[in-house]
Amino acid sequence: MGLRSAVIVFPGSNCDRDVAVALEQSTGQAPAMVWHKESDFPEVDLMVLPGGFSYGDYLRCGAMAVHSPVTREVKRRAEAGVPTLGICNGFQVLTEMGLLPGALLRNADLDFVCRDVHLRVENTQTLFTHRYASDQPIRIPVAHHDGNYYADETTLDALADNGQIAFRYVDEEGEVTSGANPNGSLKNIAGVFNASKTVLGLMPHPERLSDPQLGGNDGRPLFDGLVEALQ
Amino acid sequence: MSQAALAHTDEITPEVVAEHGLSEEEYALAKQIMGRAPNLLELGIFSVMWSEHCSYKSSKKWLKTLPTDGPQVIQGPGENAGVVDIGEGLAAVFKIESHNHPSFIEPYQGAATGVGGILRDVFTMGARPVMNLNALRFGAPEHPKTRHLLAGVVAGIGGYGNCVGVPTVGGEVNFDPAYNGNILVNAMTVGVAPANRIFYSRAAGAGNPVVYVGSKTGRDGIHGATMASAEFDEASEEKRPTVQVGDPFTEKLLIEACLELMATDAIVAIQDMGAAGLTSSSFEMASKGGMGVELDLDRVPMREEGMTPYELMLSESQERMLMVLQPGREELARSIFEKWDLDFAIIGRLTESGRMVLRWHGEVVGDLPIDPLAEASPEYDRPHSQREAPAPLAASDVPDVEDLGATLVKLLGSPDLCSRRWVWEQYDHMVMADTLGSGRPGGDAALVRVHGTGRGIAASTDCTPRYCLADPVEGGKQAVAEGYRNLSASGATPLAVTNNLNFGNPEKPEIMAQLVGAVQGMGEACRALETPVVSGNVSLYNETDGRAINPTPVIGSVGLIEDVAKAVGIAFAAEGETLLLIGGDEATEGHLGQSLYLRDILGRAEGAPPAVDLAAEKRTGGFVRDQITGGCITACHDISDGGLIVALAEMALAGRMGCTLDLPASPSHWAAWAFGEGQGRYLATCATPDGVIAAASEAGIRCMLLGRTGGDSLKVADWAPISLSGLRAAHEGWMPRYMAATA
Repeated sequence: MGLRSAVIVFPGSNCDRDVAVALEQSTGQAPAMVWHKESDFPEVDLMVLPGGFSYGDYLRCGAMAVHSPVTREVKRRAEAGVPTLGICNGFQVLTEMGLLPGALLRNADLDFVCRDVHLRVENTQTLFTHRYASDQPIRIPVAHHDGNYYADETTLDALADNGQIAFRYVDEEGEVTSGANPNGSLKNIAGVFNASKTVLGLMPHPERLSDPQLGGNDGRPLFDGLVEALQ
Repeated sequence: MSQAALAHTDEITPEVVAEHGLSEEEYALAKQIMGRAPNLLELGIFSVMWSEHCSYKSSKKWLKTLPTDGPQVIQGPGENAGVVDIGEGLAAVFKIESHNHPSFIEPYQGAATGVGGILRDVFTMGARPVMNLNALRFGAPEHPKTRHLLAGVVAGIGGYGNCVGVPTVGGEVNFDPAYNGNILVNAMTVGVAPANRIFYSRAAGAGNPVVYVGSKTGRDGIHGATMASAEFDEASEEKRPTVQVGDPFTEKLLIEACLELMATDAIVAIQDMGAAGLTSSSFEMASKGGMGVELDLDRVPMREEGMTPYELMLSESQERMLMVLQPGREELARSIFEKWDLDFAIIGRLTESGRMVLRWHGEVVGDLPIDPLAEASPEYDRPHSQREAPAPLAASDVPDVEDLGATLVKLLGSPDLCSRRWVWEQYDHMVMADTLGSGRPGGDAALVRVHGTGRGIAASTDCTPRYCLADPVEGGKQAVAEGYRNLSASGATPLAVTNNLNFGNPEKPEIMAQLVGAVQGMGEACRALETPVVSGNVSLYNETDGRAINPTPVIGSVGLIEDVAKAVGIAFAAEGETLLLIGGDEATEGHLGQSLYLRDILGRAEGAPPAVDLAAEKRTGGFVRDQITGGCITACHDISDGGLIVALAEMALAGRMGCTLDLPASPSHWAAWAFGEGQGRYLATCATPDGVIAAASEAGIRCMLLGRTGGDSLKVADWAPISLSGLRAAHEGWMPRYMAATA
């Protein structure tokens, strides 16, 4: 039996298919696609909140999705320890749900940004990241208008102390620089874990570079690693 | 049933007729068709149906001369979009459309709703949109409005496409003072559908329900089509309320709901509500099927209270569709739209009367014959002046470069040749996870894998307005040829094109001559290159205070590569590879007339544009494609704006490595060699050139060894090495610097 996963689809999600393809490639089976109006769904080993513009993101990004019927169930299971991954809008929803600390503000230069970025994997001892090396920057794209990670200083310190910083934006050489920061995120933070490292939210899109034909494959170890860890 | 409203014709004064953009002759024809004077609602309907935007009355005669057919064509012009066969039971559905006038008045919403409109044209036909492109023209960079318009248009295109989740993968941006008062925003969408499940707009089946879905109708965009059919003057910016407001979130839901319904057998016919809204969609559907329609306008979902039948028929509110359903399938359809939280209303039914009967709370408020309006709209043979083709400009009449490197740096850092990264990084060009690494923005063609297959669709938008201004016939040809080359340089076989004809006021013979000439050249090229025109759009009256835009007949090209693994990009792939110049001949070499070197370095706009040898284009394009798909070429780029050395620099910058050129002899005129814009030429790299050179020789195609890749500069003969870092700084620097500056 392969890894069972579910992708939570909100109205306005638009990377649901993309992440389903990446999941199927690594797990060997298609994830369950769970519509936001469902209040229950089959038992799974991994929940994924995909990128997109849930409810149009006309309010604060991710704020409306918190009130979907499915969200209560996602939160219950995540708090019970079911591994949960939020990408881009999914990361925004996880912070709005209170499953991850901090918030994603409008990009510092106010423009939408879509480009490949380099990331340093800050903690390689997790379900999500154990296939990566800490000294080898990876390249995957960002595509967002609100990816500017913010948390207060106490929270930032705690995140660093507890190994909850998952990824930071770096230059090609792996250095944390302001030039490598695409959105103004504090400490160049691109992704964070919850305290138990069972929930990961990140702004970059690993599902978009999990296929060499698309120009890179650095996203794939995240999905392959989940399969290995959760089976 | 009362028909008292039909008698309300005393309000139609000559002023009211004029306000509706109808000429006296057109109004007389309207009365003749009606057999009486129309009331205000009916006049409004005539006004939009016969607007230039909807009726193509000035261009129809010439559009008919374009080739539209071929073995690959499933649907040519006349539907919401064109359809071509791409194999494996699939079809590409595509069209380009302008949103010029609204984008000048309100750049963000104008551009956003332009994207929304063209997306609907494509998914209306049953296709999932998979790529967006655009073609943008702005005024001079120093014009006080340019920065604001560029920022707004780019944000609007991104704001809509990013949210809907369709990648914006390609396009072009030019600056010229001719667009100071009329920018051009042309948006193109390509979708993919099962070839045997294409949906059309032809209504059928008397008694079948007419259904409205999507957003509610508001007061926005009333008379948008009429506004797009007139020149601008100082008062035009007061027309901001006629610009529609886009809601990409609703569009996303509408795409998913429509595609879900299309997987059933419920739909007889479907049409999006674009320009002229409910009027245009209902008339077109009925006319194509030879049917009549009865509409109960009070059942239309309304955004605000107190709306009138006139407003409901003329509103251009966005994200709305009209469809005819199979009887008995209404509840199935309703359940799908309710799942997606979209409005769904049965607002009428088909009849056999051939008439459009409009009711308001049971009272007939409008009653018009359908065919005469939809089919018998005026067609004009507007006078066009004869113009002589300009004399060619000899290279010997153009000063040579003093410093090759400095000139190249200046050109690569100029508004028209600098990197468009600032633009396309604001577009999500990777969503849907099928944009190929070699087909991302910045290269020749955008390349997107057909989901779940190994095939790829290549697309490009092209036009060189300065060529079209100098010689509309050659310019029209060149736009088609450049698209053909862009696709071929990626390895894709061109299949068909869509066109967007942007011109000034067609009532002026010199403007009409531009249109006639460009269409002639375009037609010749499409015939020769076997890329028929399957859809398109015409935007006229792009004038402000009597000053017209440059003639801008944009071509959107679509092609197919059967194995995406074979596609190549423009980036140098490896050090030590051989660099080849493929195509062209002595005659195409060194053409400086209407070149960017002449315009941007010397400040002159003279001479004939480069001639296009269509037979040579076809032969060379086919050769290049064969070599690419045969795995012999590792990178390829066509030579266009700025000439050979600009193309070379673009390949070097993309590949982050330089090259050394070994020329057998020094050119007699360096500027002509380096910056000449002779057509039909490609640069290519290969690991082992012998096979390519032998094949070219056999095919009778020129193939010259130019040099080798490697290093961190461009080394050309005895000129000082031109460093890549200096070129990159110039190329990447201009646009971010320009946009960051305050006016």
